Amino acid sequence: MTIGLSHYLTVAAILFTIGVLGIFVNRRNVIVILMSIELILLAVNINLVAFSVFLHDVVGQVYALVVLTVAAAEAAVGLAILVTFFRSRGTIAVDDASVMRG
Amino acid sequence: MSPQLLVTVLVFAPLLGAAIAGLGGRRIGDTAAMAITTGLLFVACALGWTTFIQVIWGGWPAHFTVEIAPFIDVGAFRSTWSVRIDSLSAVMLIVVTTVSALVHLYSWGYMADDAHKPRFFAYLSLFTFFMLALVTAADFMQLFFGWEGVGLASYLLIGFWYQKDTANAAAIKAFVVNRVGDAGFALGIATVFWAFGSIRFADIFPQVPAHAHALWRFAGHDFQLMDLACVLLFIGAMGKSAQFLLHTWLPDAMEGPTPVSALIHAATMVTAGVYMVCLLSPMFEYAPVAKQVVTVVGAITALFAATIGLAQNDIKRVVAYSTCSQLGYMFFAAGVGAYPAAMFHLFTHAFFKALLFLGAGAVINAVHHEQDMRKMGGLYRYLPITYAIMVIGTLSITGVGIPGLDLGFSGFYSKDAIIDAAYVAGRTNGVSNFAFFAGLIAAGLTSFYSWRLIFMTFHGKPKWQEIETHGEAVDDAHAAHAQDDHGHGHGHDEPPHEAPWNMRGPLLLLALGAVAAGGVFAEAFIGPERAAFWRGAILELSGAHILDALKSVPPPVVWAPLVVTALGFAAAWYAYVLREGLGARLARGPLWAFLYNKWYFDEIYDFIFVRGAKALGDLFWKGGDKAVIDGLGPDGVSAVSLMVGKATARLQTGYVYHYAFVMLLGIAGLLSFALWAFSR
Amino acid sequence: MILQAIAFYLLAATTVAAGLAVISARNPVHSVLFLITAFFSAAGLFVLLGAEFLAMILVVVYVGAVAVLFLFVVMMLDVDFAELRRGSSRYLPIGLAVALLLTIEMIFVAVSVATNGAAANSTGPFRAGSVTNAEAIGRVLYTDYVYVFQAAGVVLLIAMIGAIVLTLKHRVGIKRQDVGRQTARTTATGMRIVSIKSGEGIDA
Repeated sequence: MTIGLSHYLTVAAILFTIGVLGIFVNRRNVIVILMSIELILLAVNINLVAFSVFLHDVVGQVYALVVLTVAAAEAAVGLAILVTFFRSRGTIAVDDASVMRG
Repeated sequence: MSPQLLVTVLVFAPLLGAAIAGLGGRRIGDTAAMAITTGLLFVACALGWTTFIQVIWGGWPAHFTVEIAPFIDVGAFRSTWSVRIDSLSAVMLIVVTTVSALVHLYSWGYMADDAHKPRFFAYLSLFTFFMLALVTAADFMQLFFGWEGVGLASYLLIGFWYQKDTANAAAIKAFVVNRVGDAGFALGIATVFWAFGSIRFADIFPQVPAHAHALWRFAGHDFQLMDLACVLLFIGAMGKSAQFLLHTWLPDAMEGPTPVSALIHAATMVTAGVYMVCLLSPMFEYAPVAKQVVTVVGAITALFAATIGLAQNDIKRVVAYSTCSQLGYMFFAAGVGAYPAAMFHLFTHAFFKALLFLGAGAVINAVHHEQDMRKMGGLYRYLPITYAIMVIGTLSITGVGIPGLDLGFSGFYSKDAIIDAAYVAGRTNGVSNFAFFAGLIAAGLTSFYSWRLIFMTFHGKPKWQEIETHGEAVDDAHAAHAQDDHGHGHGHDEPPHEAPWNMRGPLLLLALGAVAAGGVFAEAFIGPERAAFWRGAILELSGAHILDALKSVPPPVVWAPLVVTALGFAAAWYAYVLREGLGARLARGPLWAFLYNKWYFDEIYDFIFVRGAKALGDLFWKGGDKAVIDGLGPDGVSAVSLMVGKATARLQTGYVYHYAFVMLLGIAGLLSFALWAFSR
Repeated sequence: MILQAIAFYLLAATTVAAGLAVISARNPVHSVLFLITAFFSAAGLFVLLGAEFLAMILVVVYVGAVAVLFLFVVMMLDVDFAELRRGSSRYLPIGLAVALLLTIEMIFVAVSVATNGAAANSTGPFRAGSVTNAEAIGRVLYTDYVYVFQAAGVVLLIAMIGAIVLTLKHRVGIKRQDVGRQTARTTATGMRIVSIKSGEGIDA
């Protein structure tokens, strides 16, 4: 069958959901959270590019470029925070990060 | 000096003394404070006698009113500070100022060892001022002011030795019971104002005859207006004069020093009720039901107080119940319509009752503040003058005299007048007949307990020598005496000695009054020419013929009081002198316990009113205030806030993935809603 | 056409499978590697769409920089993965349910948009004539969206500064070169002449 817009969007949706699941299902460590965020951003990128191609508007790809940039920056800062966290705690288990409980 | 200025100075002199001694007593010293107050009181006394003589026999107007300053001026409710002088208030003036001056002088000796003399004398003068304001009032408001003021002074003086718990309790009891009466009094004033549109006596009295049959509709019933007003006012008098049902405070008021008992609870404050009823005679004469009520209450009081006085062992209590009983006499005299007789008895009673109290004070002073008569005895050898004085007082109160010759001690004239008046009124009125018999029986009982007091105290075996230590003092005077730094110096094995001259002087003067006042003034007060004496101060309608008929009372009735008095004397002699110890042996059994415990009135009142009020208060406090108001209000709101806060705080787990999950739920929900909304 | 379809399904399956593996792998290094796989497959999807410039950029930036950074950190942190708790989330069932619901809804939206919405009249992926993807982007990026481009650069700068600030810590006790001090040395501070007897050492 012809691969149409909806196919790509479906892939992006599934990837997005996987990323969201990864944030709150994992009990392992904080790095998985950061990686799940990258997956989410990737899904968003796929969406953007697919729409840009099927609507003949290159602005979508420009935007995808910017999203890429921001994702990289955010990953860097997030990992820096993680390193600092690990230095003061000695662990990156998610269950230990509950100091802000009410 | 003009009459107006004189009477104004008379009324305010004691206030000045009270202010100086009360506020500056510490600075000017004890002696100066005492001297100033006593001096001013003697000035007032001299002015009082001047007023009395001038108003009745001299050149002063028969009645006049000095208006000093406005007090209240609200619409038709107008009251002015005034000094109203007529025969009635002149009589009260001399009674109050004379007894007060003598008590001031007496207190020099009695309170010699007390550390708080300026305060005492200030309170005495303050009381005198309030009493004078009461008797010279020209309208109900000043009367009420004086009424409350003497109540206040009574409270201060009963609780003078404030370190004693019993004194404090007695002072509060006196004030609270008075207050119950004052509630009726205030309602009476309101009724009068409502009916007559004014509270000034001069405005009200002329209007009374027109309202003689007026009705007042309240809560669906019709009440006779005059009866209603007079009964309510009489309730106030019941409280102030310790009549039956509102009498419970008077015996406990003996916690105060003896001079206080003599001044306030014998001669002046408790007679304010009698004065009020006589003053309002223009109103009472048109309120037949109220007069019946007064008669009944007075007669019951006379009888009931006398029965209790039989069984008491504290010397002051006996005299206190005697006062209560004599006040009952005065009231039923007023109730049958013989107001002059009531005032005459008030006059003579002031002398001999003050004499009895002050004499008892001299005895107490002599035996080192021992008040239990069972621990006295045989004192006539050591205190001959005191003994003589007490005997004179007892002869006076029991009304010893010879009817045929019209010769006797002062009480003879006034008491017999009252009993005869009750007899005369009783010919036509059943209630007055009851009062006559009650008065007669009470006379016998009065004789018995008065002579019992004399015999137990002065005759018989001396029992005060058997008391070795005073450490475990039974009576309260001891504790009081210990607390005000007893510096007597003489030990307990010294024999009792007579009181100093500053205590004996007043006693002798009062004894003179107790002997002579009756004979000298009887004609003026209650004789056929009494109209020239009273000159309109008292209104006698129905009672007029009663007093006029006194001379026509049959001989058995005339001699009956003397007979019962003699019987009482004989019985007391038998029980306490001839067969000494018989009295003590009779003092047991249920009847004696009933009398000794004051007919259990205190216990009944405690059970009904005190506990009831406390229970109600507890209910409102714990149930109403705490549970409902606080529970729904501040406490409840804060508790709910805490609960909600704690529950909500559980949402904050601190785990980021919990928050993310909630976000996911939110997104899913939002998306679902959007889809559903857009698909329609 | 059929090749395209096969390529698409293959790449799509790889991406999804790799994504699942990222979140469920025990070893964090494995997670990172699966992430790289996902990125590669996504790049392939981009190529299929005709955005080859973006696909390459994806590989260079995401895989070459971000994923490598992840690897660095994972290995640096010395995580003892044997100790990592294997907790099974209480929320897994309901989480799965909600996620499934969300996915279905999003697919529903996607399909409706693709068929009835703005992209309904799409003529398929375009290969509009002459320009390459790079040139097409370049035509727009440096002209109409130059501010966006510069802003992206600033974002990267800030991120770099932030990362350095967060993680830099001075280690004490190591010898460092202070060039300023070195060149400011004079004869007086640099040398000291001593006379020594033979056989003795210098004790300062």
